[in-house]
Formats: sequence, C-alpha cells, structure tokens
Amino acid sequence: MKETGKPIRVLIAKPGLDGHDRGAKVLTLGLRDEGMEVIYTGIRQTPESIVEAAVQEDVDVVGLSCLSGAHNYHFPKVVELLREKGMNQALVIGGGIIPQEDIPSLKEKGIKGIFGSGTPIKDIANFIRENVER
Amino acid sequence: MKPYVVELVKGMLAGSERCLSKLITLVENDSPHVPEIMKMIYPHLGKAYYVGITGAPGVGKSTLADALAAIARGKGLSVGIVAADPSSVLHGGAVLGDRIRMQQHFLDNQVFIRSMATRGSQGGLPRAIGNITKLLDAFGKDIIIVETVGVGQTEIGITEVADIVVLVLSPDAGDSIQFMKAGIIEIADVIVVNKADYGYAENLVSELKAVLMLSSNSSKRDTAILTTQALNGVGIKELYQELEKLRPSRQGSKEL
Repeated sequence: MKETGKPIRVLIAKPGLDGHDRGAKVLTLGLRDEGMEVIYTGIRQTPESIVEAAVQEDVDVVGLSCLSGAHNYHFPKVVELLREKGMNQALVIGGGIIPQEDIPSLKEKGIKGIFGSGTPIKDIANFIRENVER
Repeated sequence: MKPYVVELVKGMLAGSERCLSKLITLVENDSPHVPEIMKMIYPHLGKAYYVGITGAPGVGKSTLADALAAIARGKGLSVGIVAADPSSVLHGGAVLGDRIRMQQHFLDNQVFIRSMATRGSQGGLPRAIGNITKLLDAFGKDIIIVETVGVGQTEIGITEVADIVVLVLSPDAGDSIQFMKAGIIEIADVIVVNKADYGYAENLVSELKAVLMLSSNSSKRDTAILTTQALNGVGIKELYQELEKLRPSRQGSKEL
C-alpha cells in the first residue's frame, strides 16, 4: 500500500511494433486524474528500453499495453528484466487485446493485473493503490 | 542515518544507476535523510557543467536537450537530464512527457534521464531539483541538463540550479516590446530561436538584437542569439559550441 503520501509513479509503455496507443494515452490521462505521476514513453519500445526507463524513473508501477498479440513474449520479458535490475517491487500490469486463455499464465509470470478494453479507469487506479509496494 | 541509505550512497558513488535512482526518490520525497545524503556526496561535487533549458510549453526544450545530449555523447561525455513537468493543482497528478522526446538515448547507459513533477512548487522547477542535479554530479555526469516546465515571463528558478541558462523561443514569441519587459528575458545567457524553419525566425532575431543592443548592461548586449531546428538537427552543433565556449566562465558560477 501507499505509505509515503507522495504520488504513485507509473510508467506506461508499449512494447513491440504495435502502433495503436489510444488506450495507453487514455490510461495516462486517467491515472493522472487519479493523482498519479505518469510517464509515457511512446510506441515501439523494447522490453530493454522499458526496463531502463523504469529503473531511471524509479517507478512504482509499470503498465504495459499491447494490441498486436505479442503480449505473451513482451510482458513476461519485462518482468524478467525488472527482476534482473533489482526492481522486484515494481507492480507490473498489462492491457490491450489479451485473450482470456492467456491471462492465467501471464499472472503466473508476474503480471499482477490484466485489464482489457472497456475496464473503467477507477478499477485500474484502485487495483494499483491496493497492490503497489512503497 | 539508516545503514541502507549509506549503502545507497556508496552504491551510487560506485556507479549503480539503481542506487542513484532510489536516492533521487528519497530526495524528491523530502526524506529526513536528505541533509546527510547531501553531506556524504558533497566531496564528489563540482565536476559537472549544469546547463538549464527554459522557455514556453512546446517550443522544443526536450527535443533540444535530446539533441545536445547526442552531441555530448559523440564527444564521449556522459549526460544527466532532469526534466520537469507540472503537477495538477486539482488532484496532484502529472503527465511527465519529456522523456518521450529523448528515445535515442534510452539504451545508452551513459545517459541518465529523470522526469519530475513540480508537486506544488512555483518558479518552473520542483523544489528538490537542485539537490537532484547534485546527485547526478556526484554520480559522475559531465553535463547535466535541467529542463524546466513550460514557463511564461516570471519563472526564473532555473538561475539557482544552472551554471548557464538557455532560453528557447519559438519564432512567434513577440516583438521588441515583449523583450524589453523584465523577467525571463533578463536571465538568459544564450537565446535560441527554435523551429527556425517556421518563418519569422529572422524577424524575431532582429527584434531581439535590437532590444539587447539598447541594454545598459554590456554583457547583455553580447548575449548570443542562435537559430535552431531541433527536430532536424540544424544549429545544434553551433549551440553546443556556444555552451562550451562559455563553460570556463560559467561552470561553478552558482552556489553549491
């Protein structure tokens, strides 16, 4: 839970070649309006560049968006690299077009929450507040 | 001081980005350990050149910072960038959108970029930014670029943290009367007219020169005015050279 009373810092990132970032932008604005500090790094990022940004920005949350179908590779890779960099405490969540049957294995691999299209921003913000480690 | 904080400082001084990053968070969050952290790093300060970049929203500050960092890296220098964006007065949230302009450096381990929200601070910069630039100095960065939020006429906090202030203007920034007014124009060491391909840039340069010529302060009369196109990489080398030329007289000019 949030302890410091300081804003929660969130990185919103899009791994892979998918260029559809409307959802990522909606979330960036929505979480801003929930009182969080949100860094958006743009489309076509690699797991490596996302994790480097997460380390430098010391974020509490990494939110990954993927609409291309490559989530089963990119999302776990980000979790793995975060662990390598000692960022174990960062809460990793994902969204986009994620088939139901992929969700259990993504959660097993450390993506703590998966939020498909249509999820109210409030639900995501509340999930973050309840699960973030500070 | 708690042992873990001492370990963070030691780790940072030994080159750990993760330790640097966690220390920045402690300083940003106004931890009670800040005075001791600053005391520990004090002997390691003074090597870096602190370059401030300020100007209105959307004039190209982040893109210029990105381009300047690329030139510095080409010369083998390491770079730290701290970029500020505003916190909402309504709910405290912020979108920190400067890093997105600096993508070419994301995987370069000699470039450290940190985004910060102002968290209620006025003057164009977060309150903690001075101490955070010092952490980057102690970390061993050769050049530290401090980018303010998009500012108007009166936000001049950058003078307190930067050795040299670059004021970035877009070609439609106004006429000579605008530049006779007190405020931000007075603190500029170098003036950059960015987006010079938009037209009117030469007019703006003439207006600026005409006003600066009238200054009663002789050093202001010599203020360099440069034109750039940050996105196209035009004029950046000349800006970098100007900053290097002024480095010997400016570096260390602010109080540590």
